[in-house]
Amino acid sequence: MSFFDRTARDWLLTELFSGMALTFRYMFKPRVTINYPYEKGPLSPRFRGEHALRRYPNGEERCIACKLCEAICPAQAITIEAEPRDDGSRRTTRYDIDMTKCIYCGFCQEACPVDAIVEGPNFEFATETRAELMYDKDKLLANGDRWEVELAARIEADAPYR
Amino acid sequence: MAEFFTNLLGQDLGTLVWIVLRILVIVAPLLLGVAYLTYAERKVLGAMQLRKGPNVVGPFGLTQPLADGIKLFFKETIIPTDANKFVFVLAPALTFILALVAWAVIPFFEGGALANVNVGILYLFAISSLGVYGIIMAGWASNSKYAFLGSLRSAAQMVSYEVSIGFVLVAILLCVGSLNLSDVVHAQEKSVWFIVPHLPLFIIFYVSGLAETNRLPFDLPEGESELVAGYMVEYSAMTFALFFLGEYANMILMSGMITTLFLGGWLAPFGLAAPFGLVKLWGLFWFLAKIAVMLFGFLWVRATFPRYRYDQLMRLGWKVFLPFSLFWLVLTAGVLEYTGWMRS
Repeated sequence: MSFFDRTARDWLLTELFSGMALTFRYMFKPRVTINYPYEKGPLSPRFRGEHALRRYPNGEERCIACKLCEAICPAQAITIEAEPRDDGSRRTTRYDIDMTKCIYCGFCQEACPVDAIVEGPNFEFATETRAELMYDKDKLLANGDRWEVELAARIEADAPYR
Repeated sequence: MAEFFTNLLGQDLGTLVWIVLRILVIVAPLLLGVAYLTYAERKVLGAMQLRKGPNVVGPFGLTQPLADGIKLFFKETIIPTDANKFVFVLAPALTFILALVAWAVIPFFEGGALANVNVGILYLFAISSLGVYGIIMAGWASNSKYAFLGSLRSAAQMVSYEVSIGFVLVAILLCVGSLNLSDVVHAQEKSVWFIVPHLPLFIIFYVSGLAETNRLPFDLPEGESELVAGYMVEYSAMTFALFFLGEYANMILMSGMITTLFLGGWLAPFGLAAPFGLVKLWGLFWFLAKIAVMLFGFLWVRATFPRYRYDQLMRLGWKVFLPFSLFWLVLTAGVLEYTGWMRS
């Protein structure tokens, strides 16, 4: 009997037609594609994107040049030089990140005792030249100023889980 | 209309101008149809794979085919140093021209064929068989192993499936008693559309049509994953575009053949009468609608089935389709002989 069943199914092409019925049903399902430049997918508060150096609300830069981030960086992408400022506080004179070396592991923001270096939500920082990816202190501080609202919100959203 | 041109330009020149005009009226919409078939394919495939398909160029991406055409037109045509230049350039042109000339005998509506010749089916069969030359020449002239392997595969595949297509055609013309394509449609008007008594043949013809036009799941000649596009691998720009247009024009042609042979050509279903007495437009509408449904089937099959293995392809052609179509041919002949059914 199973022989007849199988033969009948073979000759009536049931498998082919059920496959085609499946694709036909799928044609009317909602699309899953995001219209990328105009629509974007959700990002976790822990998303590790482009780096930024943050400031305190009074405008003072947070970084105290402890160099923990430089030490922990597995790709050795961070270069820091520091000396005391005129008011006696210890600050960086140079804070460079080679974005072509960076592996976006997030160790720098984990190591930072003052939440100065953070990886922000921005992942659209492609450039036309390699040189533009050698970030210096000015660029990182500018990033911090530009993204501060979102950076603070992200740290607050993630705080209960730390 | 014909009298207008003969009166204006004299007998010979007038007839020539009239024929060229009619050819243009067929070819221009056909090329437009080819362009928008590529668009439809991308949209349908996208929808079936839960994607959007082209939607950036123009409203709903409707000018995408135009953009693609312009891109291909402005690209550089590269001819490999070792290639046989004449044959290399001739091959895509041949493929393209063959896909167009076959339309000469297809009746679009009652009396609406460019050439209502009495060997229509034979002509179609001959032209579609010649299509393999374009591919063989391309593969040979490219002087590249991928192209050559692709063209050999294609030749074997097309020859294999032409055999069963031939038997299907013979069964049809037994029922009709004529090789004229308009007669084929008239015979279906008198009895029933041939898809009803010949459903298995319809499926065989459709699948063979997929193989004949090198469409998925039988696109082994192209085989982009193992043969990097097979016989087309050395082609670029306009030469590539001609192959591409030829492939899609062949799809439309195959749909036109299926429509004429099995789906009653220009006939409206259930004998629906033409509104406002627009008999020819009504016929044209149903002919095009049936072609569109068949073409959707081509895209649908592409979205559903994975590519056949080459030995499976040959097994299907020689061990399933050929014996079955032969059996059906004998059966048809026997039924016709004893009952005179469908002959009317």
